[in-house]
Amino acid sequence: MAVTTLAKAVNAGLRKALESDPKVLLMGEDIGKLGGVFRVTDGLQKDFGEARVIDSPLAESGILGTAVGLAMRGFRPVVEIQFDGFVFPAFDQIVTQVAKHHARSDGRTPMPITIRIPYGGGIGAVEHHSESPEAYFAHTAGLRVISPSNPVDAFVMVQQAIRCNDPVVFFEPKRRYWDKADVDDTIDVASAMSPFVARVVRPGTSATVVCYGPMVRTCLEAATAAEHDGLDLEVIDLRSMSPLDVPTVAESVRRTGRLVVVHEAPVFLGVGAELAARITEECFYSLEAPVLRVGGYHTPYPPSRLEDDYLPDLDRVLDAVDRVLAY
Amino acid sequence: MTADGGPELVQLLTPEGERVHHPEYDVDLSDEQLRGLYRDLVLVRRVDAEATALQRQGELGLWAQCVGQEAAQVGSGRALLPGDFAFPTYREHGVAWTRGVQPLQLLGLFRGVTNGGWDPHEHNMALYTIVIGDQCLHAVGYAMGMQRDGSDDAVICYFGDGATSQGDVNEAFVFSAVYNAPVVFFCQNNQWAISEPLERQSRIPLYRRADGFGFPGVRVDGNDVLAVLAVTSAALQAAREGQGPTLIEAFTYRMGAHTTSDDPTRYRVSADLDAWRLKDPIERLKVYLARSGWADRTFFDDVETEAEELAIHLRDACRAMPDPPKTSMFDHVYAEPHPLVEGEREEFTRYHASFDTAGVGGQH
Repeated sequence: MAVTTLAKAVNAGLRKALESDPKVLLMGEDIGKLGGVFRVTDGLQKDFGEARVIDSPLAESGILGTAVGLAMRGFRPVVEIQFDGFVFPAFDQIVTQVAKHHARSDGRTPMPITIRIPYGGGIGAVEHHSESPEAYFAHTAGLRVISPSNPVDAFVMVQQAIRCNDPVVFFEPKRRYWDKADVDDTIDVASAMSPFVARVVRPGTSATVVCYGPMVRTCLEAATAAEHDGLDLEVIDLRSMSPLDVPTVAESVRRTGRLVVVHEAPVFLGVGAELAARITEECFYSLEAPVLRVGGYHTPYPPSRLEDDYLPDLDRVLDAVDRVLAY
Repeated sequence: MTADGGPELVQLLTPEGERVHHPEYDVDLSDEQLRGLYRDLVLVRRVDAEATALQRQGELGLWAQCVGQEAAQVGSGRALLPGDFAFPTYREHGVAWTRGVQPLQLLGLFRGVTNGGWDPHEHNMALYTIVIGDQCLHAVGYAMGMQRDGSDDAVICYFGDGATSQGDVNEAFVFSAVYNAPVVFFCQNNQWAISEPLERQSRIPLYRRADGFGFPGVRVDGNDVLAVLAVTSAALQAAREGQGPTLIEAFTYRMGAHTTSDDPTRYRVSADLDAWRLKDPIERLKVYLARSGWADRTFFDDVETEAEELAIHLRDACRAMPDPPKTSMFDHVYAEPHPLVEGEREEFTRYHASFDTAGVGGQH
């Protein structure tokens, strides 16, 4: 496919899924003629028709609730929530129905629903358009929660999410939609690396930095900057928030002795908190310092003129690295 | 709002058991079919009464009674064809009966041995849904799936008067209308949402809500099994023929409590109950059958005997229902392996096994 953006890589992944399985349906607001507000579904309704690429009424609970019924009928709905902050009207259906139906039915009725959500800040948006609500979903048994950080993963992981028989919340890092990479569209998705395991994206020895989604690029940049101080950071792209790939992180921390977790979401009771607890249990005798977290504050997402001070950036990551190395 | 349902109420059998005619709706049933409906009503009421008793005896944690609503449930359930699919609340014991779900299978949820209880695909009836109104969107989605499969079947969705205030129910109306989905919305207006009367949910009769969404609404005497059957059959047929959704308001009354945890004496007067007792769905059919000569004393006695035997069987089977294996809580959380759940299952098993070896002879 050559060099493409993350947004176009998701589009290509959706196209592959629609081609390979007639039960795959797309639903969402403005995903048809418009191609979605980020153009992620551009051209798909034209090529696959209105019965498979469905412009829905403007009601998020309606989208998820009808997706449950379609899944019960044997379809694989892929729904788009337009922005992170608009998922909450659908929260009830996701938590009480999508997540629990497989268990409630004693395994008779799987819910192979993919919930695509553009998330995160850094685009100068108005309120409700910059949030990182992944912890709410990771906290719910029955859901899987993943996020790609780059175009190649976006292309592969969206197809893997759709093929998964469990519901998957697929968080798309919206400020990275325009990041480019060379994507090989002949990748065999069935034999590709599981989307539910983490990947070491930069091997290192000084400390481990775990991140996912939009923060992976930030942390890689921080690692490059840290080289000037003679530091060799290991950066892990978590990729999946549920399940959490603790073994990959633990293996790294046993070597480096130090862990910093970075995400845009508020740190309080977040993915970083869970990882800190688990790594403390698993690597107690290897740790040279407490696990530190870098992330959003316990405030509503601020007005966009302040978001640069809210979001973790290269300097805040390096500040945490300095602190974790000071022990 | 009129207490008797008003002049718009579709009725084919009066509370006194008199067969009346309606310009739009009718049923043509054999005497055998009529006796079958009577049997359904009596057995469903007996199952409901037995389950209530089992809750009082501590065998069930809770029970949501359907007493008084048997005609609404049996009449609409018997209007379904085998390929149709029903989406219930948690009170549709009469509908479950018509879909071949065994009464014992209804008790598992209330006894606390399962969160489901039957195979939805075997009976074409979804599991009970406890969050109010959620199932209405599932019903519409399922109907959208039928459209895509080119099926001639239809969906029926049950909910109550309280649920009409829920966003999901209104979203279900919107989605079904714009997609012209083959779904019948069957609202049992039993006048009470736990302690709140209909006046807390609506200023207009519920069936008229359909106007705003652009599809037909009809109010039927929910205690008249013949009228319910006629109205539901017509709505299902319209759905099959591509005419989209219909809202049916079955005007009835919750003769029991909301659930066995409720105390209706705190919020409603016994005079209402007395008035509705005169409109009982079973009595009117019994009078009609007897007066028409289609059923005799022997038939009624046989049905009573069958009901009693069913109750005895249900009681014994309920008491014999085993608790699920402890580790079953970890089953089916996910369809595919999930390391956290598997790890917690192992931890749980290890913890419990520690008691087995803790003392001599397995004592602990």
